Amino acid sequence: MEHTLTSRAPVADLPRPEKNYLNATTGIWSWMTTVDHKRIGVMYLVGVLSAFFIGGVFALLVRLSLLSPTHTLFGKQWITAEMYNRLFTLHGAVMVFLFIIPSVPASLANFVLPLMLGAKDVAFPRLNLASFYLWVIGAVMAVTSMITGAVDTGWTFYTPYSTTTEGSVTLMIMAVFVLGFSSIFTGINFVATTHKLRAPGMGWFDLPLFIWGIYATAIIQVLATPVLGITLALLAMERVFNIGIFDPKIGGDPVLFQHFFWFYSHPAVYIMILPGMAIISELIPTFSKKTMFGYRAVAYSSVSLALLSFIVWGHHMFVAGQSQLATVVFSALTFLVAIPSGVKMFNWLGTMYKGNISLETPMCYAISFLLLFAIGGLTGIFLGALSVDIHLTDTYFVVAHFHYVMMGGTVIAFFGGVHYWWPKITGRMYNENWGRFACALIFIGFNVTFLTQFVMGSLGMPRRYFNYLPIYHPYHVVSTIGSWIIGLGFATMAAYLLASLRKPMDAPDNPWGGTTLEWTTSSPPTEHNFEDQPVLQKAPYDYRPEPVAK
Amino acid sequence: MSTSTIDLHDSHGPHGHGHADDPHHQHHFTNMQQQFDTSKIGMWLFLATEVLLFGGLFVGFGLMQNRYPQEFIEAHEHLQRPLGALNTVVLLISSFTMVMAVLSAKHSDKKKVVMYLILTILCACIFLGVKYFEYSHKFEEHLLPPRWYHAQPGDTVRDVAGNVSHGYGTFFAFYFMMTGLHGIHILVGIILLSWITVRAHRGEFSKAYYTPVDLIGLYWHLVDLIWIYLFPLYYLIK
Repeated sequence: MEHTLTSRAPVADLPRPEKNYLNATTGIWSWMTTVDHKRIGVMYLVGVLSAFFIGGVFALLVRLSLLSPTHTLFGKQWITAEMYNRLFTLHGAVMVFLFIIPSVPASLANFVLPLMLGAKDVAFPRLNLASFYLWVIGAVMAVTSMITGAVDTGWTFYTPYSTTTEGSVTLMIMAVFVLGFSSIFTGINFVATTHKLRAPGMGWFDLPLFIWGIYATAIIQVLATPVLGITLALLAMERVFNIGIFDPKIGGDPVLFQHFFWFYSHPAVYIMILPGMAIISELIPTFSKKTMFGYRAVAYSSVSLALLSFIVWGHHMFVAGQSQLATVVFSALTFLVAIPSGVKMFNWLGTMYKGNISLETPMCYAISFLLLFAIGGLTGIFLGALSVDIHLTDTYFVVAHFHYVMMGGTVIAFFGGVHYWWPKITGRMYNENWGRFACALIFIGFNVTFLTQFVMGSLGMPRRYFNYLPIYHPYHVVSTIGSWIIGLGFATMAAYLLASLRKPMDAPDNPWGGTTLEWTTSSPPTEHNFEDQPVLQKAPYDYRPEPVAK
Repeated sequence: MSTSTIDLHDSHGPHGHGHADDPHHQHHFTNMQQQFDTSKIGMWLFLATEVLLFGGLFVGFGLMQNRYPQEFIEAHEHLQRPLGALNTVVLLISSFTMVMAVLSAKHSDKKKVVMYLILTILCACIFLGVKYFEYSHKFEEHLLPPRWYHAQPGDTVRDVAGNVSHGYGTFFAFYFMMTGLHGIHILVGIILLSWITVRAHRGEFSKAYYTPVDLIGLYWHLVDLIWIYLFPLYYLIK
């Protein structure tokens, strides 16, 4: 028998309180010195979206410079090879360190995590603010290094090139070092908050799956980022004092740098994707109006992905002169990653099966995620297979693969989350039709851009090259056109989201019929989140109709 | 509805979330015990990041030792073992005085807290003083990273032209990175200890609230512990 599902129309809202977190105190100073996790989340959101804009402009320029093999526009060469190197480095560094790593945890999770736990704030509010300011300092240093000189090393800073090239690489390295601390502070905060500030009655398996994902992310942030810190410190010492640990001319080892770097940067990939998965685990049950299928399996898969992330870094170095034994072991371990990822994928699909699916904008993003992440994840298995990887290493196939995971996965999920929590954060609804339209543009543009790159890569087009053979020209043209469609999609999104801010506050407390605690408080929430301490009585994602009193 | 609410207003006086009982009580914690436990989790997590920060260097040292085994054995003979041993003793004593400071704070014994904290700071300063003499000796003898390393009489690994192997300098590159990073941690420790000494002198700590003493105590023990690993690694193991 089918359950009769409650309609999406919100149950009678509490009267909207006059004071909420946005207007409880006023003036710029009250924002600069705030320790309210919601305000810090909003400031982070503005910050990471600005970084996304800058990184996106660099991406469009990179694509534009590859449009013609002669790099001409209206008959004139407009870009040199050196400028091209700087552009893709800045695109990578800005997107990775300034946008995608802090994107979900520091902005959305900062806002939502304490609300979902029924807490008044994160465990260490001042540390939270410190994390934000470190991010700002890191961002300023990174931008300064772009203006004052340039960085052309790629975002990976491989030695010996990074220790010998001109430009302000040292400043960029220090910027990333500072950003690392910002990330560590966020991680420490979330782990402590999840352990100690859960609402009365909320056990570990009553946590929304978003929290499980963010918790697993925070563990990686705490355990992996210090290794990046020490690696960058060694790199800076190498550049300034030439201490020789990575310099083969004086007895050092450049491959050691790669090991150190990927020991952080592979787990960092999971700092990026786990929060994306965490958001999808909220969107799918909410918009399918169905209990999460395999709750515990999804929770454990987040943690096991976090653990696996630490033992697969060698797959970035299959052709960098590792021993054959190491290569085989890393390849085998890499295949293991497919298991928890598959567990998540099938549980999401299981949740949707026979659900009452409604295609509001956040769900459109969630479905886009499922399709794009499936492609991104499966091509990861191609690259983990040694014989295939030797052919595909450093081609556009790799570029397409990680864009399907990072952009098709994390970025799509991030914007799904932005749309999902936008009414809670701002108190306003955006235009649904424009929202679905922008999502469709981004989805189509993305596939036009990057499916092409899979083909190009398998034909041998190497990544990071400025010049290319004529046979690749048609693919580059298609890919560049795709990038314009993506750009148009994001421009549309910016327009209707900003437009929604001009309206009076019209969002109901629970516009989507969500079951987690953040939907039980007003939109936007009051300064201390809840009028009274909430107590959990039902598991999350329980969409069974209330028993009718007889 | 999936939630109900507990009205906290009755049990906590007129302000709803005000906790007039203790000025250190932050509003988002239910009670002081929860606040203390949470701070402690935060500190342990931070210490985990410190272990991984040094962990990278330990692994790097191990790899290079594997590559230059003979050079590393000979290079470690150039270190001044008695000074290293002296510093180990000094830090062990400082760990003891730190424990006593925390214990005295728990007993609300203000005078003793201040005394033990000052003794801890004194030990930390002695450590840095000894380190200064060790470092200046290294600079005088050019026991430095590969670029500036000068061959010492006992160095046997050389190429046909008689140039000494880069392995010696690599040993000292790691020596300066690891003891330098450790020294920075001692320096930060001195600043933190001085800060809580001032606060202890003002009488801010008692058995009801001594979280900063406890947490900085944990930090200080970790800094000691890292030296306990560094000392045998550099000065003793052949």
